[in-house]
Order: sequence, then structure tokens, then C-alpha cells
Amino acid sequence: MERPERPRANGCGGAHGALRNGFVRGPPGTQINHIVHNGGLYKRPFNEAFEETPMLVAVLTYVGYGVLTLFGYLRDFMRQWKIEKCQNATEREEQKDFVPLYQDFENFYNRNLYMRIRDSWNRPICSVPGAKVDMMERVSHDYNWTFTYTGRVIKDIINMGSYNYLGFAQKTGPCQEAAAKVLSQYGAGVCSTRQEMGNLDKHEELEKLVARFLGVESAMAYGMGFATNSMNIPALVGKGCLILSDELNHASLVLGARLSGATIRIFKHNNMQSLEKLLKDAIVHGQPRTRRPWKKILILVEGIYSMEGSIVRLPEVIALKKKYKSYLYLDEAHSIGALGPSGRGVVEYFGLSPEDVDVMMGTFTKSFGAAGGYIGGKKELIDYLRTYSHSAAYATSMSPPVVEQIITSVKCIMGEDGTTVGRARVQQLAENTRYFRRRLKEMGFIIYGNEDSPVVPLMLYMPAKIGAFGREMLKRNIGVVVVGFPATPIIESRARFCLSAAHTKEMLDTALKEINEVGDLLQLKYSRRRLVPLLDRPFDETTYEETED
Amino acid sequence: MFNKLSRVCYIYSDEAACFAIQKGLQASRSNIKLFKHNDMADLERLLKEQETEDQKNPRKARVTRRFIVVEGLYMNTGDICPLPELIDDIDLISANMENSLASIGGFCCGRSFIIDHQRLSGQGYCFSASLPPLLAAAAIEALNIMEDNPDIFQTLRTKCERIHKALQGISGLKVVGESFSPALHLQLEESCGSRENDVKLLKRVVDYCMNSGIALTQARYLEKEEKCLPPPSIRVVITVEQTEQELDKAASLLKEAAQSLLN
Repeated sequence: MERPERPRANGCGGAHGALRNGFVRGPPGTQINHIVHNGGLYKRPFNEAFEETPMLVAVLTYVGYGVLTLFGYLRDFMRQWKIEKCQNATEREEQKDFVPLYQDFENFYNRNLYMRIRDSWNRPICSVPGAKVDMMERVSHDYNWTFTYTGRVIKDIINMGSYNYLGFAQKTGPCQEAAAKVLSQYGAGVCSTRQEMGNLDKHEELEKLVARFLGVESAMAYGMGFATNSMNIPALVGKGCLILSDELNHASLVLGARLSGATIRIFKHNNMQSLEKLLKDAIVHGQPRTRRPWKKILILVEGIYSMEGSIVRLPEVIALKKKYKSYLYLDEAHSIGALGPSGRGVVEYFGLSPEDVDVMMGTFTKSFGAAGGYIGGKKELIDYLRTYSHSAAYATSMSPPVVEQIITSVKCIMGEDGTTVGRARVQQLAENTRYFRRRLKEMGFIIYGNEDSPVVPLMLYMPAKIGAFGREMLKRNIGVVVVGFPATPIIESRARFCLSAAHTKEMLDTALKEINEVGDLLQLKYSRRRLVPLLDRPFDETTYEETED
Repeated sequence: MFNKLSRVCYIYSDEAACFAIQKGLQASRSNIKLFKHNDMADLERLLKEQETEDQKNPRKARVTRRFIVVEGLYMNTGDICPLPELIDDIDLISANMENSLASIGGFCCGRSFIIDHQRLSGQGYCFSASLPPLLAAAAIEALNIMEDNPDIFQTLRTKCERIHKALQGISGLKVVGESFSPALHLQLEESCGSRENDVKLLKRVVDYCMNSGIALTQARYLEKEEKCLPPPSIRVVITVEQTEQELDKAASLLKEAAQSLLN
């Protein structure tokens, strides 16, 4: 690899030179700049960083898991020999000679590791999950095997864990009033599917509005975001098609891809060289045994990856898609409403046209304070889905008050309700995001992801710190979500903050102060403040795995 | 729900199980064996075949789990499964809140041994947003109403039997479903030859009824995706709120429609 004399930008797809993905390097000795220009594909800087795990921390994390595993074996041994009482549920006597229902290892993790810090999850809240939330206090007298409510309600916890990006989780206001009116008019349940007797005028109104909001020809709405992916991908692709899916795609995308029967190949997370290599191979070699060309190639990506906080490199994906003539399925579950100057999502964020994305999917759960999902695209596509989608034929349609909540919130974001509240919220979210991330980085924590992503993962690494962080923050009246194995790789456990437009600067400052304290207490400030270049991973042959169902 | 299963599992399922069950089974990646609808002899034959195979390979048998999946009231055929013959105790019941409870979503119930495992490994539970509190409250209230007024079940049953009797003897249409089932199918006695034509004919019956004040719908399926596609039919659903006059009116209207359009 030659060393450049001066900074150069690079185009996507032809990254054979010294610069991968076109990031600009200064002369040796200067600070490495992450700004990516990529020959004009990006109209704004793309700042994403994933600082490497410090070696000592990695070693200590493995040691921690090792100790926990040893103790786990010891406790299992004691339970088997009845020295210790066995608290977890067991099979019925008559079924003891049946084949065991669960494999021992799955249960081992559950019994011996998860159970110790189980109080950080499934916490019952008893108010609307806005910027502040109330939680029911619970205690455990037997080390988390069972919980009892004390009867006390912990009030006004600063909520850094709910997906409430634009602050529409409110119990008063225009959205709630409209939803209450529709509830009294239409009731709560629909009791039929879209194709039978469940197609309300409200659904059609919603779909037209969503299509207008996204800038696409037509849209269709479904009752459940998870089902939108898992039930519609099988309707779009089948056997003989190829799906190229990002490494870190959500479980619903993975399930949809599996149920479709197509061949699935996985490319490294947000890595465009990996994707291009797969595309080239697919075009050149065709289907595995017959060498016939693939019927369809579908690229599955997400707008914001919620575990990493990274944003998809959409301009490059679209350039690749056009070059190799494949289709793009973009899951904007977290990015719709949260990115872009007017909240239209990742397409607007990069200044691209929605016509370039073939299937725009998203959910209403995060930025709109409701539940459900949608798919937007060309009219032919949506008409096809109305007939052939599994959800349209078999799933009950969306509940009317939920539909009204979405309609009111979309109108608010678009400014059609006559106020500038929507626009102000989108801007507030962007400001909160930048401020929060900057302050956390200054404090010395390792924060993953893109500078503009409202999902902020703060690395914890060690298993004990997962439980400790959750509990310490709750003591200080801040609710956070901590994530460990199996949702993340085993040594990369993290705390995940979700920012909201409803958070005021005072709330953020309070939260930051407490995080600072807890960070010092638990020694979480791992960052060595060395800015590591983006995606400097060497390109290797083991880029893809093929799975056929 | 089927995420706890892996490749060394056998699931015995009724062939008339609804689409949702079929997809769940497909997602579980286990070996699926279908037995004829409500035919316990066929199920027994399959289980005996499995037993002989187990004896040939006892090591594999020790790690192969077996499950039986049936529906309480089959959506596609309107009849019930012969539960007493099948088993003496049920391990997991999964139910839908969208029909009787007029809410959205569903639930699973059973022993904590089985259900607690779902909390960490049920994909629909872990990776999906939870139910809006509004709909949970609606379901709670519906359950309370059901507990406080147990006589509505008898009222519903009487109405079902009434409509079932009233719909017998319509020339050209046969009633498919148990007499106490609130959801029944009306299928054509004689097919016109192709499914498309049957569907068109049934549509005309439905439109006739719609124009005269009774809302009906055809049962919709994804024809290419179903394992055992049921014949085209009109779905007739009873609710406890319909009065006897309304039920009689519906039956007579259907008779009229059938007479004028099907003969």
C-alpha cells in the first residue's frame, strides 16, 4: 500500500488504492480525520467510530466470564446433589423420562449468569414512557428467582431507554385527544384481516398519508413491525433469489429472509467492499449448482442499527445497487422521524431520492408513539403486496386508535397541523444527540456509532458491570437499558441510551452528571482518546457465508 | 414460540392447521409430519412409525424431541380437535386476543417451566415492541366481562345452533363446521369446475347479501402458500349481540341469494 503525499478522496467501488472507502488521511503524525468525501457521493461528513476494545479490558472480561462459569458449574453440582435448593421450574414427574425440552447450555447461561442480574430487565413501568417515567419498585429476597412489589412507585425517573425519539409518547395533547375520539367511534379491535372485513377507511387514510410523508407512490401499513419484515420478505423473494443481508440485521429481517427460501449471504457490517465482492460473485457465478443467473438480488440493510448506533452508508449502497442491478430493502425502524432535517429518515439525511430505494420499510413504534409497521414503494409493488402479503391475508388489521395516533403524529411532523411543533422536535432531537454524544466522549467513555445517531451505545464489557450500571443508575433515578449476551457479542456488553426530543437540556445535564459519577465509580472510562480510522479492516476472503434453507 | 426447537425435533401437526401455525412450524426448522385432519388413527400410525425408527437408533432418539400441535377450533374447517383422545394434559396453550377479546395480539399460557423460557428466546417477545397499554386494558376488561357473565357462553352457543340449523338445506350451499362453532364456512355443494369460477360465484352471493343489509365475506387464503388449501367458501361469523330476528333474516337472505344465483 503506497502512502499518499497529500489527502485524496476516493470513489466507491474502485477502492483498490491506499484509501479504503475514501476517508481522508492527513500527512503522517497528524490526527486522523474521519471525514469521508467519497467523490461527491456524500453531501455531508460521515463521522462514525468504533473504538477498539482495550486489551486489558478484553482479558479481564474473559476472566470474569470464566469465573462466573466455574461458579455456575459449582452451583449446578450443589443443586444436583441437593446441597442447595433448586429454585427454577422443572419438568413434571410424569415427563421426567421424556427427552429434555431445553438443551443444558442455554439453560446454564440463564440459571447462572442471567439470573444474577435479572433485575435490570423486565422492569415494570406504570406511566407513559415519556421523558420521565414511573416505575414499580420490586425487591427480591431470593437473589432474583422471584420478585415482589413493595407497593412503592418510583416517580420521575429520567427515561433514557425508551424509543421515544420525537417525544410522541404523551398522555395529553392533540394525538391523545384524536385517538380517544376514534376509540369511542370505532372501538379497540378490528376482528378481521385486511382482505376480509378489516379494511377501514382509517387504514386507507393512513396509507395515503404515509406515502406522502415518505415521498413514494404508495404505502401499506401492518399491525406489527416484526411481522412486517417476517411476513413480507417471503412475499417478495423466493427460491432462486439471492438475499445479501448485513451482519447485524435485526431478528425480524433474518426470520423473513429464512422463511422466504432464498439463498442468504451475509456481508460485514456496513462494509461496502464486502458487499461489492458478494455482488460481483453473484453476477459472475450465478446460482451455486446450476450456474443460472439469480432471479432477483435483494440487499437488506437498516437505516440505523440500534445495537451499534451506526448509520448505513446509503449513498454507496445505492451506487452499488444501480451498478449491479439489484434491489434494495431499507428497514428504517429507528431512522424514520429521527434523521433528516424534516424527519423523513435516512434517505433525506443523505439528500437522496426515495425513488432509489425499492422497498422502504419502517415502523411506527419508535418515532410516532404507536405500534405497527409500513412498507412504501412503487404502486405496482404495493398493489402486489396487498394481494400476496402474508399479513394482508391472515393478520388482523391495525387497531383504529393506534392508526389515529400515527395519523396525528405524522401530520404534526409534516407541519400540516398548522404548528411548527414537529419541525422543532426534529431539530431538538438532533441537538440533543450531538450534545449528549460530545459530552460522553469528552468524559472518556467508549461510545460506538455515528455522531448523528440518537441511539448511543456506551461500552461496559465486563459482565458484573452490566448489572452494576443498571442498578446504580436506577438508584440515581435514571432508567437505562443494558444489553449483554446473546443480543451482543459476549465481550461487548453495553448500555444503550435512546435520546428523545422530549429531553430538556437540564434532564440531559442531570443524566450526564450521574453517568459521570457512575463511570468513575465503576471505572468505565476506557477510551484512550485515540481516534481510530473507520473500517480499517483488511479485506479477506472469508467475506461471506452461504446458508440455504 | 417455536424458537426453542432445533433440527432434531419432530412436530406432528394436523394438516388443516391455519397459516400462522404453518409459518411457525416452518420457522422452527424441525421435521414436520402432517396427519389427516382429526384422524387419530393416522396420528397413531405416524407415532408408531417413529417408535420403530427410534428402536433402530436409540442414541438419536434420546435427543429428539416430539411435539403435537393442534387447534382448539379449526379456523379453516370449523370443527374441534378430539382432545380427550389426544392427550391427558396440555403443555402450552397459545391463544389469540383478536377474535373473542376484540383486542390485538395473543398470549401463551402453561407451566412456568415452558413459558419462562419464552421470555428470553421467544423472538416475537424479545425483538418486538410490546402491546400498547390501551389494547392490553381492552383485553383485561374483556376477560373481566367474560368472568362476570358466564351465561354469555350459553347464549352464544344457542345462537350458533340456531343459525346452523337455519342454514341447513339451502340448495347449492353446504354448511361446514360444528353446530356450536361461531365461525362456519358455507361451501358450494357442486363446484363449477375451476376455483376461480367458484370464487366469482360466491362473490355474487356475498354482494347480493351486502346490498340487502347483511355483511359477509369470503374466506381469503394465499393460494400458493397454503399446504392444504381449503375450498372457496363464505365465512359466516356469529356474535352474541345479534338478535334472533337478525339471525333469521340473515338465513332467509342467504336462502334467497342461493336460490336466485346458484340455480
